[in-house]
Amino acid sequence: MPLLKNGSIVSDDWITLGTDDPLPESGDVVIPYARLLKEWESLTDHDGRLGVVFTNIDRIEALTLFLPRLALIILPFPSFTDGRAYSLARQIREVGYSRELRAAGNVLPDQVQFMLQVGFDTFEIGDRFTADVWLKASRQMSLAYQRGLYRPPGQQEVWSERHREAEPWLEQPHAG
Amino acid sequence: MYRYDEFDRQFVTQRVAQFRDQANRRLAGELTEDEFRPLRLMNGLYLQLHAYMLRIAVPYGTLSSRQLNTLALIAEKWDRGYGHFTTRQNIQFNWIKLEDTADILDTLAGVEMHAIQTSGNCIRNVTTDQWAGAAADELADPRPVGELVRQWSSLHPEFSYLPRKFKIAVTGSPNDRAAVKVHDIGLRLHLNDKGKRGWEVLVGGGLGRTPVIGVTVRDFLPEQELIAYLEAIMRVYNLYGRRDNKYKARIKILVHELGADKFRAEVEAEYARRPHADTKVEERELQRITTYFAPPQFEKLPRWSATFEEARGKNKDFANWVRTNVAAHRVDGYAIVSVSLKPEGGIPGDATADQMRTVADLALRHAFDEIRVSHHQNLVLPHVRRDDLFAVWKILNAAGLAASNIGLAGDIIACPGLDYCSLATARSIPIAQSISRRFADLNRQHEIGPLRINISGCINACGHHHVGHIGILGLDKKGEEYYQITLGGSSSENASIGTILGPGFAGEDVPDAIEKIVNTYLARRQPGEEFLSAYRRLGPQPFKEALYAAA
Repeated sequence: MPLLKNGSIVSDDWITLGTDDPLPESGDVVIPYARLLKEWESLTDHDGRLGVVFTNIDRIEALTLFLPRLALIILPFPSFTDGRAYSLARQIREVGYSRELRAAGNVLPDQVQFMLQVGFDTFEIGDRFTADVWLKASRQMSLAYQRGLYRPPGQQEVWSERHREAEPWLEQPHAG
Repeated sequence: MYRYDEFDRQFVTQRVAQFRDQANRRLAGELTEDEFRPLRLMNGLYLQLHAYMLRIAVPYGTLSSRQLNTLALIAEKWDRGYGHFTTRQNIQFNWIKLEDTADILDTLAGVEMHAIQTSGNCIRNVTTDQWAGAAADELADPRPVGELVRQWSSLHPEFSYLPRKFKIAVTGSPNDRAAVKVHDIGLRLHLNDKGKRGWEVLVGGGLGRTPVIGVTVRDFLPEQELIAYLEAIMRVYNLYGRRDNKYKARIKILVHELGADKFRAEVEAEYARRPHADTKVEERELQRITTYFAPPQFEKLPRWSATFEEARGKNKDFANWVRTNVAAHRVDGYAIVSVSLKPEGGIPGDATADQMRTVADLALRHAFDEIRVSHHQNLVLPHVRRDDLFAVWKILNAAGLAASNIGLAGDIIACPGLDYCSLATARSIPIAQSISRRFADLNRQHEIGPLRINISGCINACGHHHVGHIGILGLDKKGEEYYQITLGGSSSENASIGTILGPGFAGEDVPDAIEKIVNTYLARRQPGEEFLSAYRRLGPQPFKEALYAAA
């Protein structure tokens, strides 16, 4: 399935494995989180990058142990109205994960901007909408009130912008 | 009151453009109705029985005359000449066309208003005390925190697809007029012995099919931690709130199923885990917002107004109105005026465009240009000179806006019910009208004293029947409407959920039943005892006997 990434549509080069699919000799593989927990010992030596599919009912506490080895985390949206993955995405970013975080499942253009803001950076988009629709919908709001969001250049946080000139450290004389 | 700066203005303008694009894609068939529904709901647009309904946010119930005049304009230009004020301090228009909605939202943006998150499974319009900034018993004006919460919750990317809707109320007074104990989150201001501000945080209150009083998760949350703590609560709810059954999806069910202690532990763990580096700016932001809510330039006036006393002595109708519709102001020489939208036999909360203009004009000339919407579906002029009360009353009276029934039997709260709403199982408005007519005698209403009657047309309880002193719930039994009666509810600081008395009544029998309940109270009350106190002393038994005794 094509991916939306940094405003372009790119192909997905990862190999997706189910619970029982044999592990290839090498290559970038994505496995279910439950399999990662079970086969962690053998997976650490895998020749290739490792990704997991995390579900809405998994908790992130245990995931943090594996983060240094992971290059992709996929959070599925079983329905676009199921918003749990927005919180999971933010939690995963808050514990320091900085590599690819992908939204999968029922991903629609009008939700992509929120997904970007909570830390997703790639999206499984299917072929129903053109690239234009995706790109337009993903940047319709250039302002957000909340702080600490992920935002592309050109987007601003109101609460930061308003107080930019009142930063106390700017008012201090320079020490040196 | 709060004024938009360039950022707020740009934000609502972009939001309207975004909605215009979404509506066009829907009209062109590029979005399915299922895909469009949450988008339109988050912009206040419902599909009701006969037409679209647009619900416009009135943040913490505060309006200027310019804004109210614009609502009047919308009523005339795009609706049928009237609007309906709601129990969430909002206004809704019941006969809107999808094609017109973006233009209406543009018009609203021009007067610093919007319809963002007045519906949908997101954080709804934050409500507060309709007397905020004016009440004599207030510790501080809660509206700056209301505005802070409005901004923080607007298009929050993490919390826009919650398991269910989410309602927050704020009060700055020990006498709770904002019903904080029956909200998903209630915030109640306290001052410690050093005069420092902190917020009591209540979670998991609510009405609907499972009425619950909220539990306190923090007694005294320092103000600068407020937003970070709200985020922790919201995240726990978003992750663990039930999504398998929409009737069990509100946060109250999560609190109940986990237990208050486990829920609190989850919130505290989430709170401890998160980075809070950003809260400092919110403190500065709160200071910035607070300056907008500085009290108006009150004149130094004597407490006693000769003009007022003379008019009250001479005009009995005015004197009656003063008894119920005028409340104590924190500043000498001023008063709080409630404008009743409950005329005899009227539709609770409805106002015509002309009535809106009358109130707007009075606010401009006599109330420092402020109007409030109360969750009782009335309007309030918060700062009126006592010297001007008689003049204000005369104008209200001429406009049919001076029913002297605030807090009395005629001041009925009712949802739109089956006359408009696609969720309703029974009609509410005709029941409200028939009770209002039955108790039309104003002397009798004053004799009965404070009495809250609340009517909901279905189990979702938009008319807040669980917290009415007398609650009426409209249900459907094999195609027949019938009405269940509860007694003893209250949304005050001593909140309680009403008790069901027994089998329901047909619609035409409801006024008789209410009258029997009221007569039972009158026969048994002690001197000075109000209805709710009498019920709490007597219990349901005498009322049951009066209603169900064999004829």
